[in-house]
Amino acid sequence: MNALKELYQQTILDHNKNPRNFGELEVCNHCAEGHNPLCGDHIDVFMNIENDIIVDVKFKGAGCAISKASASIMTTILKGKRIEEARRLFESFHDAVTSDPNSTIDEMNLGKLAVFCGVREFPARVKCASLAWHTMINALANEELLMVKA
Amino acid sequence: MNDYIYDIEAIRADFPVLSRFVHDKKLVYLDNAATTQKPQQVIDAVSNYYTNYNSNIHRGVHKLSQEATVGHERARKIIKNFLNAASEAEIIFTRGTTESINLVASSFGQKFIHENDEILISAMEHHSNIVPWQILCEQKKSKLKVIPINDEGEIIFEEFEKLLNPKVKIVSIVHISNSLGTINPIKKIIDYSHKLGIPVLVDAAQSVQHQKINVRELGCDFLVLSGHKIYGPTGIGVLYGKKELLNSMPPYQGGGDMILSVSFEKTIYNELPYKFEAGTPNIVGAIGMGAAIEYIESIGLENIQNHETQLLTYATKRLLDIPGLKIIGTAAEKSAVISFVLDFVHPHDVGTFLDLEGVAIRTGHHCTEPVMRRFKVPATSRVSFGIYNTAEEIDILAASIENVINLFN
Ligand SMILES: Cc1ncc(COP(=O)(O)O)c(C=O)c1O
Repeated sequence: MNALKELYQQTILDHNKNPRNFGELEVCNHCAEGHNPLCGDHIDVFMNIENDIIVDVKFKGAGCAISKASASIMTTILKGKRIEEARRLFESFHDAVTSDPNSTIDEMNLGKLAVFCGVREFPARVKCASLAWHTMINALANEELLMVKA
Repeated sequence: MNDYIYDIEAIRADFPVLSRFVHDKKLVYLDNAATTQKPQQVIDAVSNYYTNYNSNIHRGVHKLSQEATVGHERARKIIKNFLNAASEAEIIFTRGTTESINLVASSFGQKFIHENDEILISAMEHHSNIVPWQILCEQKKSKLKVIPINDEGEIIFEEFEKLLNPKVKIVSIVHISNSLGTINPIKKIIDYSHKLGIPVLVDAAQSVQHQKINVRELGCDFLVLSGHKIYGPTGIGVLYGKKELLNSMPPYQGGGDMILSVSFEKTIYNELPYKFEAGTPNIVGAIGMGAAIEYIESIGLENIQNHETQLLTYATKRLLDIPGLKIIGTAAEKSAVISFVLDFVHPHDVGTFLDLEGVAIRTGHHCTEPVMRRFKVPATSRVSFGIYNTAEEIDILAASIENVINLFN
Protein backbone atom coordinates (compact mmCIF):
# COMPACT_ATOMS: atom_id res chain seq x y z
CA MET A 1 0.00 0.00 0.00
CA ASN A 2 3.04 2.29 -0.05
CA ALA A 3 2.48 3.18 -3.67
CA LEU A 4 -1.06 4.14 -2.75
CA LYS A 5 0.08 6.43 0.08
CA GLU A 6 2.58 7.98 -2.31
CA LEU A 7 -0.19 8.62 -4.83
CA TYR A 8 -2.84 9.90 -2.47
CA GLN A 9 -0.76 12.06 -0.17
CA GLN A 10 -2.57 14.10 2.44
CA THR A 11 -2.02 17.30 0.47
CA ILE A 12 -3.69 15.78 -2.55
CA LEU A 13 -6.66 14.52 -0.54
CA ASP A 14 -6.97 17.93 1.04
CA HIS A 15 -6.93 19.84 -2.25
CA ASN A 16 -9.42 17.35 -3.67
CA LYS A 17 -11.80 18.03 -0.81
CA ASN A 18 -11.24 21.77 -0.66
CA PRO A 19 -9.99 22.92 -4.04
CA ARG A 20 -8.39 26.39 -4.00
CA ASN A 21 -9.19 29.03 -6.60
CA PHE A 22 -12.24 27.13 -7.72
CA GLY A 23 -14.63 29.08 -9.95
CA GLU A 24 -14.51 31.65 -12.73
CA LEU A 25 -12.56 34.92 -12.88
CA GLU A 26 -14.30 38.28 -13.05
CA VAL A 27 -11.52 39.61 -15.23
CA CYS A 28 -10.10 37.03 -17.56
CA ASN A 29 -8.08 37.40 -20.75
CA HIS A 30 -6.86 33.83 -21.26
CA CYS A 31 -8.89 30.68 -20.88
CA ALA A 32 -9.04 27.17 -22.21
CA GLU A 33 -11.07 24.02 -21.82
CA GLY A 34 -9.44 20.67 -21.18
CA HIS A 35 -11.04 17.28 -21.58
CA ASN A 36 -9.87 13.76 -20.96
CA PRO A 37 -12.33 11.68 -22.96
CA LEU A 38 -11.04 8.45 -21.44
CA CYS A 39 -12.29 9.16 -17.96
CA GLY A 40 -14.66 12.06 -18.55
CA ASP A 41 -12.52 14.56 -16.65
CA HIS A 42 -13.27 18.10 -17.67
CA ILE A 43 -11.63 21.38 -16.67
CA ASP A 44 -11.74 25.10 -17.54
CA VAL A 45 -8.73 27.25 -16.70
CA PHE A 46 -9.16 31.03 -16.46
CA MET A 47 -6.26 33.45 -16.27
CA ASN A 48 -5.79 37.16 -16.10
CA ILE A 49 -2.37 38.06 -17.48
CA GLU A 50 -0.87 41.52 -17.40
CA ASN A 51 2.61 42.37 -18.70
CA ASP A 52 3.50 38.70 -18.95
CA ILE A 53 2.57 38.11 -15.32
CA ILE A 54 -0.22 35.79 -14.24
CA VAL A 55 -2.13 38.16 -11.99
CA ASP A 56 -4.91 35.72 -11.23
CA VAL A 57 -5.90 32.17 -12.09
CA LYS A 58 -8.89 29.96 -11.32
CA PHE A 59 -10.30 26.69 -12.52
CA LYS A 60 -13.62 24.94 -12.76
CA GLY A 61 -14.56 21.40 -13.60
CA ALA A 62 -15.11 17.86 -12.48
CA GLY A 63 -12.66 15.04 -12.26
CA CYS A 64 -10.85 12.54 -10.11
CA ALA A 65 -8.89 13.46 -7.00
CA ILE A 66 -5.60 13.57 -8.86
CA SER A 67 -6.83 15.90 -11.58
CA LYS A 68 -8.68 18.19 -9.14
CA ALA A 69 -5.78 18.42 -6.70
CA SER A 70 -3.37 19.01 -9.55
CA ALA A 71 -5.49 21.90 -10.86
CA SER A 72 -5.89 23.36 -7.39
CA ILE A 73 -2.19 23.20 -6.51
CA MET A 74 -1.29 24.56 -9.92
CA THR A 75 -3.40 27.69 -9.38
CA THR A 76 -1.80 28.36 -5.99
CA ILE A 77 1.65 28.14 -7.56
CA LEU A 78 1.04 30.12 -10.72
CA LYS A 79 -0.40 33.23 -9.16
CA GLY A 80 2.18 36.02 -9.56
CA LYS A 81 4.45 33.98 -11.81
CA ARG A 82 5.78 35.17 -15.16
CA ILE A 83 4.64 33.31 -18.25
CA GLU A 84 8.03 31.81 -18.94
CA GLU A 85 8.20 30.57 -15.35
CA ALA A 86 4.81 28.92 -15.80
CA ARG A 87 6.07 27.18 -18.91
CA ARG A 88 9.21 26.07 -17.12
CA LEU A 89 7.17 24.67 -14.22
CA PHE A 90 4.99 22.77 -16.67
CA GLU A 91 8.13 21.21 -18.15
CA SER A 92 9.52 20.14 -14.77
CA PHE A 93 6.15 18.82 -13.69
CA HIS A 94 5.65 16.91 -16.90
CA ASP A 95 9.17 15.46 -16.76
CA ALA A 96 8.63 14.35 -13.16
CA VAL A 97 5.30 12.55 -13.64
CA THR A 98 6.45 10.81 -16.81
CA SER A 99 9.91 9.87 -15.52
CA ASP A 100 11.05 6.32 -14.94
CA PRO A 101 9.89 5.19 -11.45
CA ASN A 102 13.45 4.08 -10.66
CA SER A 103 15.10 7.38 -11.51
CA THR A 104 15.71 10.02 -8.88
CA ILE A 105 13.71 13.23 -8.93
CA ASP A 106 15.02 16.64 -7.97
CA GLU A 107 12.26 17.36 -5.44
CA MET A 108 13.77 20.70 -4.45
CA ASN A 109 13.29 21.98 -7.96
CA LEU A 110 9.64 20.85 -7.94
CA GLY A 111 8.71 22.46 -4.65
CA LYS A 112 5.02 21.90 -3.84
CA LEU A 113 4.63 19.86 -6.99
CA ALA A 114 6.74 17.09 -5.50
CA VAL A 115 3.55 15.59 -4.02
CA PHE A 116 2.73 14.35 -7.52
CA CYS A 117 5.87 12.23 -7.83
CA GLY A 118 3.87 9.14 -6.83
CA VAL A 119 1.88 9.43 -10.06
CA ARG A 120 4.75 8.04 -12.10
CA GLU A 121 4.08 4.62 -10.55
CA PHE A 122 0.64 4.76 -12.18
CA PRO A 123 0.93 5.27 -15.93
CA ALA A 124 -2.86 5.25 -16.24
CA ARG A 125 -3.04 8.34 -14.03
CA VAL A 126 -0.43 10.56 -15.65
CA LYS A 127 -3.10 12.13 -17.84
CA CYS A 128 -5.17 12.98 -14.76
CA ALA A 129 -2.26 14.80 -13.16
CA SER A 130 -1.28 16.71 -16.26
CA LEU A 131 -4.72 17.71 -17.60
CA ALA A 132 -4.81 21.05 -15.74
CA TRP A 133 -1.27 21.88 -16.83
CA HIS A 134 -1.90 21.11 -20.49
CA THR A 135 -5.05 23.21 -20.31
CA MET A 136 -3.12 26.08 -18.72
CA ILE A 137 -0.54 25.94 -21.55
CA ASN A 138 -3.38 26.06 -24.07
CA ALA A 139 -4.86 29.03 -22.22
CA LEU A 140 -1.54 30.89 -22.49
CA ALA A 141 -1.80 30.54 -26.26
CA ASN A 142 -5.44 31.58 -26.35
CA GLU A 143 -4.85 35.32 -26.37
CA GLU A 144 -7.29 35.88 -29.19
CA LEU A 145 -10.09 34.71 -26.94
CA LEU A 146 -9.61 37.86 -24.89
CA MET A 147 -12.41 39.08 -22.64
CA VAL A 148 -14.74 36.12 -23.19
CA LYS A 149 -15.78 36.06 -19.59
CA ALA A 150 -14.99 39.62 -18.59
CA MET B 1 -34.54 -27.49 -12.51
CA ASN B 2 -31.69 -29.78 -13.31
CA ASP B 3 -29.42 -31.47 -10.80
CA TYR B 4 -26.19 -30.08 -12.25
CA ILE B 5 -23.74 -29.07 -9.55
CA TYR B 6 -21.91 -25.90 -10.40
CA ASP B 7 -18.35 -26.85 -9.56
CA ILE B 8 -16.87 -23.41 -9.22
CA GLU B 9 -13.48 -24.67 -8.09
CA ALA B 10 -13.14 -26.90 -11.15
CA ILE B 11 -14.16 -24.04 -13.41
CA ARG B 12 -11.68 -21.66 -11.78
CA ALA B 13 -8.95 -24.25 -12.15
CA ASP B 14 -9.49 -24.14 -15.92
CA PHE B 15 -8.38 -20.49 -16.00
CA PRO B 16 -4.63 -20.23 -15.34
CA VAL B 17 -4.66 -16.44 -14.94
CA LEU B 18 -7.03 -16.62 -11.97
CA SER B 19 -4.27 -17.99 -9.80
CA ARG B 20 -1.95 -15.05 -10.38
CA PHE B 21 -1.28 -12.28 -7.94
CA VAL B 22 -1.60 -8.56 -8.65
CA HIS B 23 0.22 -6.12 -6.36
CA ASP B 24 0.74 -9.06 -3.99
CA LYS B 25 -2.99 -9.71 -3.80
CA LYS B 26 -4.92 -12.56 -5.34
CA LEU B 27 -6.46 -11.39 -8.62
CA VAL B 28 -10.19 -10.68 -8.41
CA TYR B 29 -11.20 -10.23 -12.03
CA LEU B 30 -14.43 -8.28 -12.34
CA ASP B 31 -14.01 -6.74 -15.76
CA ASN B 32 -15.67 -9.46 -17.78
CA ALA B 33 -17.82 -7.11 -19.85
CA ALA B 34 -14.60 -5.63 -21.27
CA THR B 35 -13.11 -9.01 -21.97
CA THR B 36 -13.15 -12.44 -20.37
CA GLN B 37 -10.24 -14.62 -19.32
CA LYS B 38 -9.41 -17.72 -21.33
CA PRO B 39 -9.68 -21.32 -20.13
CA GLN B 40 -6.86 -23.79 -20.73
CA GLN B 41 -9.06 -25.49 -23.34
CA VAL B 42 -8.95 -22.35 -25.50
CA ILE B 43 -5.26 -21.75 -24.88
CA ASP B 44 -4.59 -25.36 -25.88
CA ALA B 45 -6.66 -25.10 -29.06
CA VAL B 46 -4.71 -22.00 -30.09
CA SER B 47 -1.39 -23.50 -29.14
CA ASN B 48 -2.20 -26.79 -30.86
CA TYR B 49 -2.98 -24.98 -34.11
CA TYR B 50 0.35 -23.16 -34.12
CA THR B 51 2.26 -26.20 -32.95
CA ASN B 52 0.79 -28.79 -35.27
CA TYR B 53 -1.15 -27.52 -38.27
CA ASN B 54 -0.55 -23.81 -38.87
CA SER B 55 -1.36 -23.19 -42.50
CA ASN B 56 -3.49 -21.07 -44.81
CA ILE B 57 -6.98 -22.30 -45.58
CA HIS B 58 -9.00 -23.01 -48.72
CA ARG B 59 -5.81 -22.77 -50.77
CA GLY B 60 -3.51 -25.69 -50.37
CA VAL B 61 -3.76 -29.30 -51.36
CA HIS B 62 -1.28 -30.20 -48.68
CA LYS B 63 -2.16 -31.91 -45.44
CA LEU B 64 -1.66 -28.95 -43.12
CA SER B 65 -3.83 -26.68 -45.20
CA GLN B 66 -6.56 -29.30 -45.21
CA GLU B 67 -6.40 -29.67 -41.45
CA ALA B 68 -6.48 -25.91 -40.95
CA THR B 69 -9.45 -25.60 -43.31
CA VAL B 70 -11.29 -28.35 -41.47
CA GLY B 71 -10.54 -26.70 -38.11
CA HIS B 72 -11.73 -23.32 -39.32
CA GLU B 73 -14.95 -24.66 -40.82
CA ARG B 74 -15.58 -26.86 -37.82
CA ALA B 75 -15.56 -23.68 -35.71
CA ARG B 76 -18.16 -22.19 -38.02
CA LYS B 77 -20.35 -25.22 -37.48
CA ILE B 78 -19.98 -24.97 -33.70
CA ILE B 79 -21.14 -21.35 -33.88
CA LYS B 80 -23.99 -22.21 -36.21
CA ASN B 81 -25.23 -24.81 -33.73
CA PHE B 82 -24.61 -22.50 -30.78
CA LEU B 83 -26.87 -19.84 -32.27
CA ASN B 84 -29.19 -22.35 -33.94
CA ALA B 85 -28.71 -20.69 -37.32
CA ALA B 86 -30.19 -22.44 -40.36
CA SER B 87 -26.85 -23.02 -42.07
CA GLU B 88 -23.13 -22.29 -41.95
CA ALA B 89 -23.69 -19.90 -44.85
CA GLU B 90 -25.24 -17.54 -42.31
CA ILE B 91 -22.15 -17.42 -40.09
CA ILE B 92 -19.62 -14.83 -41.24
CA PHE B 93 -16.34 -14.44 -39.42
CA THR B 94 -15.29 -10.88 -38.63
CA ARG B 95 -12.81 -9.20 -36.29
CA GLY B 96 -15.54 -8.75 -33.71
CA THR B 97 -18.81 -7.01 -32.92
CA THR B 98 -17.50 -3.68 -34.15
CA GLU B 99 -16.55 -5.00 -37.56
CA SER B 100 -19.79 -6.97 -37.82
CA ILE B 101 -21.86 -3.81 -37.33
CA ASN B 102 -19.66 -1.88 -39.74
CA LEU B 103 -20.14 -4.63 -42.30
CA VAL B 104 -23.93 -4.38 -42.06
CA ALA B 105 -23.96 -0.57 -41.98
CA SER B 106 -21.72 -0.47 -45.03
CA SER B 107 -23.15 -3.29 -47.13
CA PHE B 108 -26.82 -3.31 -46.13
CA GLY B 109 -26.67 0.48 -45.95
CA GLN B 110 -25.25 0.82 -49.44
CA LYS B 111 -28.09 -1.24 -50.91
CA PHE B 112 -31.11 -0.46 -48.79
CA ILE B 113 -30.73 2.92 -47.13
CA HIS B 114 -31.45 6.11 -49.01
CA GLU B 115 -32.01 9.81 -48.46
CA ASN B 116 -34.47 10.57 -45.64
CA ASP B 117 -34.65 6.94 -44.58
CA GLU B 118 -34.36 6.35 -40.86
CA ILE B 119 -32.15 4.08 -38.76
CA LEU B 120 -33.39 3.30 -35.28
CA ILE B 121 -31.05 2.64 -32.35
CA SER B 122 -31.46 3.06 -28.57
CA ALA B 123 -30.01 5.53 -26.10
CA MET B 124 -27.94 2.76 -24.47
CA GLU B 125 -25.90 1.69 -27.48
CA HIS B 126 -22.17 1.06 -27.38
CA HIS B 127 -20.29 3.54 -29.59
CA SER B 128 -19.82 0.71 -32.09
CA ASN B 129 -23.58 0.68 -32.69
CA ILE B 130 -23.75 4.46 -33.08
CA VAL B 131 -20.80 5.65 -35.11
CA PRO B 132 -21.07 3.28 -38.13
CA TRP B 133 -24.68 4.44 -38.58
CA GLN B 134 -23.68 8.09 -38.24
CA ILE B 135 -21.08 7.60 -40.98
CA LEU B 136 -23.74 5.99 -43.16
CA CYS B 137 -26.25 8.78 -42.42
CA GLU B 138 -23.72 11.35 -43.51
CA GLN B 139 -23.11 9.54 -46.80
CA LYS B 140 -26.74 8.80 -47.53
CA LYS B 141 -28.38 11.85 -45.96
CA SER B 142 -30.46 9.49 -43.88
CA LYS B 143 -31.46 10.03 -40.25
CA LEU B 144 -30.42 8.35 -37.03
CA LYS B 145 -33.31 8.13 -34.55
CA VAL B 146 -32.85 7.18 -30.91
CA ILE B 147 -35.25 5.30 -28.64
CA PRO B 148 -35.11 7.02 -25.22
CA ILE B 149 -34.56 5.21 -21.92
CA ASN B 150 -36.09 5.83 -18.49
CA ASP B 151 -34.36 6.49 -15.16
CA GLU B 152 -33.97 2.77 -14.52
CA GLY B 153 -32.10 2.42 -17.80
CA GLU B 154 -34.90 0.63 -19.67
CA ILE B 155 -36.15 1.32 -23.16
CA ILE B 156 -39.40 3.27 -23.13
CA PHE B 157 -41.39 0.90 -25.26
CA GLU B 158 -44.19 3.33 -26.15
CA GLU B 159 -41.57 5.70 -27.52
CA PHE B 160 -40.15 2.87 -29.59
CA GLU B 161 -43.61 2.18 -30.99
CA LYS B 162 -44.03 5.85 -31.86
CA LEU B 163 -40.68 5.91 -33.66
CA LEU B 164 -41.56 2.88 -35.81
CA ASN B 165 -42.72 4.01 -39.24
CA PRO B 166 -42.21 2.92 -42.85
CA LYS B 167 -39.23 5.24 -43.26
CA VAL B 168 -37.26 3.13 -40.79
CA LYS B 169 -35.08 0.75 -42.81
CA ILE B 170 -33.31 -1.02 -39.94
CA VAL B 171 -33.54 -1.27 -36.16
CA SER B 172 -30.12 -1.88 -34.58
CA ILE B 173 -30.24 -2.55 -30.89
CA VAL B 174 -28.19 -3.92 -28.05
CA HIS B 175 -29.53 -7.03 -26.33
CA ILE B 176 -27.73 -6.44 -23.02
CA SER B 177 -26.24 -3.05 -22.20
CA ASN B 178 -22.56 -3.20 -21.27
CA SER B 179 -22.77 -0.14 -19.01
CA LEU B 180 -26.21 -0.59 -17.40
CA GLY B 181 -26.74 -4.34 -17.52
CA THR B 182 -30.27 -3.85 -18.88
CA ILE B 183 -31.67 -6.82 -20.77
CA ASN B 184 -33.79 -5.43 -23.58
CA PRO B 185 -37.09 -7.09 -24.62
CA ILE B 186 -35.46 -8.10 -27.85
CA LYS B 187 -38.13 -10.56 -29.02
CA LYS B 188 -40.86 -7.97 -28.68
CA ILE B 189 -38.75 -5.36 -30.47
CA ILE B 190 -38.15 -7.77 -33.34
CA ASP B 191 -41.84 -8.71 -33.56
CA TYR B 192 -42.99 -5.09 -33.61
CA SER B 193 -40.38 -4.16 -36.22
CA HIS B 194 -41.26 -7.11 -38.42
CA LYS B 195 -44.92 -6.06 -38.47
CA LEU B 196 -43.68 -3.16 -40.60
CA GLY B 197 -41.21 -5.36 -42.47
CA ILE B 198 -38.22 -3.69 -40.82
CA PRO B 199 -35.13 -5.87 -40.29
CA VAL B 200 -33.48 -5.94 -36.86
CA LEU B 201 -29.80 -6.22 -35.92
CA VAL B 202 -29.14 -7.49 -32.39
CA ASP B 203 -25.85 -6.56 -30.70
CA ALA B 204 -25.33 -9.69 -28.63
CA ALA B 205 -21.77 -8.86 -27.50
CA GLN B 206 -22.92 -8.96 -23.87
CA SER B 207 -25.57 -11.64 -24.07
CA VAL B 208 -24.47 -14.87 -25.79
CA GLN B 209 -22.11 -15.71 -22.91
CA HIS B 210 -24.83 -15.25 -20.28
CA GLN B 211 -27.98 -16.78 -21.72
CA LYS B 212 -29.03 -19.13 -24.48
CA ILE B 213 -29.65 -17.37 -27.78
CA ASN B 214 -31.61 -18.99 -30.56
CA VAL B 215 -31.62 -16.79 -33.65
CA ARG B 216 -34.41 -18.67 -35.38
CA GLU B 217 -36.66 -18.45 -32.37
CA LEU B 218 -35.86 -14.75 -31.99
CA GLY B 219 -36.28 -14.14 -35.69
CA CYS B 220 -33.58 -11.47 -35.74
CA ASP B 221 -32.19 -10.60 -39.16
CA PHE B 222 -28.64 -9.97 -37.97
CA LEU B 223 -26.87 -10.83 -34.74
CA VAL B 224 -23.33 -9.81 -33.87
CA LEU B 225 -20.85 -10.95 -31.24
CA SER B 226 -17.17 -10.95 -30.22
CA GLY B 227 -15.07 -14.01 -29.42
CA HIS B 228 -13.06 -12.35 -26.68
CA LYS B 229 -16.12 -11.65 -24.54
CA ILE B 230 -17.16 -15.30 -24.55
CA TYR B 231 -13.87 -16.73 -23.22
CA GLY B 232 -12.30 -16.91 -26.69
CA PRO B 233 -9.49 -14.97 -28.39
CA THR B 234 -9.50 -11.32 -29.43
CA GLY B 235 -9.68 -10.31 -33.08
CA ILE B 236 -12.45 -12.75 -33.94
CA GLY B 237 -16.21 -12.31 -34.00
CA VAL B 238 -19.30 -13.24 -35.91
CA LEU B 239 -21.98 -11.71 -38.02
CA TYR B 240 -25.03 -13.92 -38.21
CA GLY B 241 -27.40 -12.89 -40.98
CA LYS B 242 -30.42 -14.44 -42.63
CA LYS B 243 -29.31 -16.05 -45.86
CA GLU B 244 -31.72 -14.25 -48.21
CA LEU B 245 -30.71 -10.92 -46.73
CA LEU B 246 -26.98 -11.62 -46.93
CA ASN B 247 -27.39 -12.82 -50.50
CA SER B 248 -29.08 -9.57 -51.44
CA MET B 249 -26.24 -7.47 -50.03
CA PRO B 250 -23.12 -6.35 -51.90
CA PRO B 251 -19.67 -7.50 -50.68
CA TYR B 252 -18.03 -5.53 -47.88
CA GLN B 253 -14.36 -5.84 -48.83
CA GLY B 254 -12.77 -7.22 -51.95
CA GLY B 255 -9.86 -9.58 -52.15
CA GLY B 256 -8.91 -13.22 -52.05
CA ASP B 257 -11.35 -15.93 -50.90
CA MET B 258 -14.42 -13.77 -51.54
CA ILE B 259 -14.35 -14.42 -55.27
CA LEU B 260 -15.07 -17.35 -57.57
CA SER B 261 -13.26 -15.94 -60.56
CA VAL B 262 -11.48 -12.72 -61.34
CA SER B 263 -10.70 -11.11 -64.65
CA PHE B 264 -10.15 -7.46 -65.41
CA GLU B 265 -13.51 -7.36 -67.17
CA LYS B 266 -15.65 -9.16 -64.63
CA THR B 267 -15.31 -10.71 -61.22
CA ILE B 268 -17.74 -13.26 -59.86
CA TYR B 269 -18.22 -13.21 -56.12
CA ASN B 270 -18.04 -16.31 -54.02
CA GLU B 271 -21.09 -17.77 -52.31
CA LEU B 272 -21.98 -17.23 -48.67
CA PRO B 273 -20.36 -16.96 -46.21
CA TYR B 274 -17.10 -16.46 -48.14
CA LYS B 275 -18.50 -13.50 -50.09
CA PHE B 276 -18.04 -11.45 -46.93
CA GLU B 277 -14.68 -12.88 -45.89
CA ALA B 278 -12.00 -11.25 -47.99
CA GLY B 279 -8.39 -12.15 -47.38
CA THR B 280 -6.76 -14.65 -45.05
CA PRO B 281 -9.00 -14.77 -41.99
CA ASN B 282 -8.11 -15.08 -38.33
CA ILE B 283 -7.91 -18.86 -38.57
CA VAL B 284 -6.60 -19.52 -35.09
CA GLY B 285 -9.09 -17.01 -33.69
CA ALA B 286 -11.99 -18.93 -35.18
CA ILE B 287 -10.60 -22.21 -33.84
CA GLY B 288 -10.12 -20.67 -30.39
CA MET B 289 -13.61 -19.23 -30.43
CA GLY B 290 -15.02 -22.62 -31.34
CA ALA B 291 -13.16 -24.13 -28.37
CA ALA B 292 -14.56 -21.37 -26.12
CA ILE B 293 -18.11 -22.15 -27.17
CA GLU B 294 -17.58 -25.85 -26.59
CA TYR B 295 -16.26 -24.94 -23.17
CA ILE B 296 -19.24 -22.81 -22.09
CA GLU B 297 -21.64 -25.35 -23.54
CA SER B 298 -19.99 -28.06 -21.46
CA ILE B 299 -21.01 -26.05 -18.39
CA GLY B 300 -24.37 -25.17 -19.91
CA LEU B 301 -25.78 -21.70 -20.44
CA GLU B 302 -28.68 -22.32 -18.11
CA ASN B 303 -26.25 -23.20 -15.31
CA ILE B 304 -24.14 -20.16 -16.11
CA GLN B 305 -27.20 -17.95 -16.02
CA ASN B 306 -28.22 -19.36 -12.62
CA HIS B 307 -24.76 -18.81 -11.21
CA GLU B 308 -24.46 -15.28 -12.50
CA THR B 309 -27.95 -14.32 -11.37
CA GLN B 310 -26.99 -15.37 -7.86
CA LEU B 311 -23.83 -13.27 -8.08
CA LEU B 312 -25.83 -10.28 -9.32
CA THR B 313 -28.34 -10.57 -6.49
CA TYR B 314 -25.65 -10.91 -3.84
CA ALA B 315 -23.44 -8.14 -5.23
CA THR B 316 -26.37 -5.74 -5.58
CA LYS B 317 -27.29 -6.31 -1.96
CA ARG B 318 -23.70 -5.95 -0.73
CA LEU B 319 -23.10 -2.77 -2.69
CA LEU B 320 -26.37 -1.13 -1.71
CA ASP B 321 -25.38 -1.62 1.93
CA ILE B 322 -22.48 0.77 1.38
CA PRO B 323 -23.50 4.33 2.35
CA GLY B 324 -23.09 6.86 -0.46
CA LEU B 325 -23.05 4.24 -3.20
CA LYS B 326 -25.54 4.64 -6.02
CA ILE B 327 -26.17 2.05 -8.71
CA ILE B 328 -26.67 3.40 -12.24
CA GLY B 329 -28.91 1.03 -14.14
CA THR B 330 -31.67 -0.55 -12.09
CA ALA B 331 -33.73 -2.26 -14.78
CA ALA B 332 -36.12 -5.00 -13.70
CA GLU B 333 -34.45 -7.34 -16.19
CA LYS B 334 -30.72 -7.16 -15.54
CA SER B 335 -27.60 -9.06 -16.42
CA ALA B 336 -24.59 -9.47 -14.10
CA VAL B 337 -23.21 -5.97 -14.67
CA ILE B 338 -23.27 -3.26 -12.00
CA SER B 339 -22.30 0.35 -12.68
CA PHE B 340 -22.02 2.56 -9.64
CA VAL B 341 -20.91 5.96 -8.41
CA LEU B 342 -19.82 7.05 -4.94
CA ASP B 343 -20.78 10.34 -3.31
CA PHE B 344 -17.28 11.67 -2.75
CA VAL B 345 -14.92 9.47 -4.70
CA HIS B 346 -14.40 9.70 -8.45
CA PRO B 347 -14.52 6.38 -10.37
CA HIS B 348 -10.93 6.81 -11.51
CA ASP B 349 -9.72 6.92 -7.93
CA VAL B 350 -11.88 3.91 -7.12
CA GLY B 351 -10.31 2.00 -10.01
CA THR B 352 -6.74 2.72 -8.95
CA PHE B 353 -7.45 1.87 -5.34
CA LEU B 354 -9.19 -1.39 -6.17
CA ASP B 355 -6.38 -2.34 -8.54
CA LEU B 356 -3.94 -2.13 -5.65
CA GLU B 357 -6.19 -4.56 -3.78
CA GLY B 358 -5.99 -6.94 -6.72
CA VAL B 359 -9.53 -6.15 -7.85
CA ALA B 360 -9.80 -5.42 -11.57
CA ILE B 361 -12.81 -3.31 -12.52
CA ARG B 362 -13.51 -0.87 -15.33
CA THR B 363 -13.91 2.84 -14.80
CA GLY B 364 -14.90 5.48 -17.33
CA HIS B 365 -17.74 5.85 -19.80
CA HIS B 366 -17.54 2.25 -21.10
CA CYS B 367 -17.85 3.41 -24.70
CA THR B 368 -21.37 4.63 -23.93
CA GLU B 369 -20.97 8.38 -23.55
CA PRO B 370 -24.66 9.09 -24.29
CA VAL B 371 -25.60 6.84 -21.35
CA MET B 372 -23.30 8.82 -19.04
CA ARG B 373 -24.92 12.05 -20.22
CA ARG B 374 -28.40 10.61 -19.74
CA PHE B 375 -27.59 9.82 -16.10
CA LYS B 376 -25.60 13.05 -15.63
CA VAL B 377 -22.42 11.33 -14.47
CA PRO B 378 -19.00 11.83 -16.09
CA ALA B 379 -18.09 8.20 -15.58
CA THR B 380 -18.96 5.17 -13.48
CA SER B 381 -17.16 2.27 -11.88
CA ARG B 382 -18.35 -0.99 -13.34
CA VAL B 383 -18.12 -4.54 -12.09
CA SER B 384 -19.15 -7.32 -14.43
CA PHE B 385 -19.26 -11.01 -13.59
CA GLY B 386 -18.39 -14.17 -15.43
CA ILE B 387 -18.60 -17.91 -14.96
CA TYR B 388 -15.68 -18.05 -12.53
CA ASN B 389 -16.60 -15.30 -10.07
CA THR B 390 -17.55 -16.07 -6.49
CA ALA B 391 -19.38 -14.58 -3.53
CA GLU B 392 -16.04 -14.30 -1.69
CA GLU B 393 -14.77 -12.08 -4.48
CA ILE B 394 -17.81 -9.86 -4.01
CA ASP B 395 -16.96 -9.63 -0.31
CA ILE B 396 -13.44 -8.50 -1.22
CA LEU B 397 -14.92 -5.97 -3.64
CA ALA B 398 -17.29 -4.56 -1.03
CA ALA B 399 -14.54 -4.32 1.60
CA SER B 400 -12.26 -2.54 -0.87
CA ILE B 401 -14.94 -0.02 -1.74
CA GLU B 402 -15.48 0.66 1.94
CA ASN B 403 -11.73 1.20 2.32
CA VAL B 404 -11.54 3.67 -0.53
CA ILE B 405 -14.42 5.64 0.97
CA ASN B 406 -12.60 5.74 4.32
CA LEU B 407 -9.42 6.97 2.66
CA PHE B 408 -11.23 9.89 1.10
CA ASN B 409 -13.28 10.90 4.13
C1 LIG C 1 -22.65 -4.02 -26.11
C2 LIG C 1 -21.36 -3.97 -26.87
N1 LIG C 1 -21.38 -3.79 -28.18
C3 LIG C 1 -20.24 -3.76 -28.90
C4 LIG C 1 -19.01 -3.89 -28.31
C5 LIG C 1 -17.77 -3.84 -29.15
O1 LIG C 1 -17.13 -5.05 -29.16
P1 LIG C 1 -15.67 -5.23 -29.79
O2 LIG C 1 -14.83 -4.15 -29.20
O3 LIG C 1 -15.27 -6.59 -29.38
O4 LIG C 1 -15.83 -5.08 -31.27
C6 LIG C 1 -18.94 -4.07 -26.94
C7 LIG C 1 -17.63 -4.19 -26.26
O5 LIG C 1 -17.33 -3.50 -25.32
C8 LIG C 1 -20.14 -4.11 -26.20
O6 LIG C 1 -20.12 -4.28 -24.87
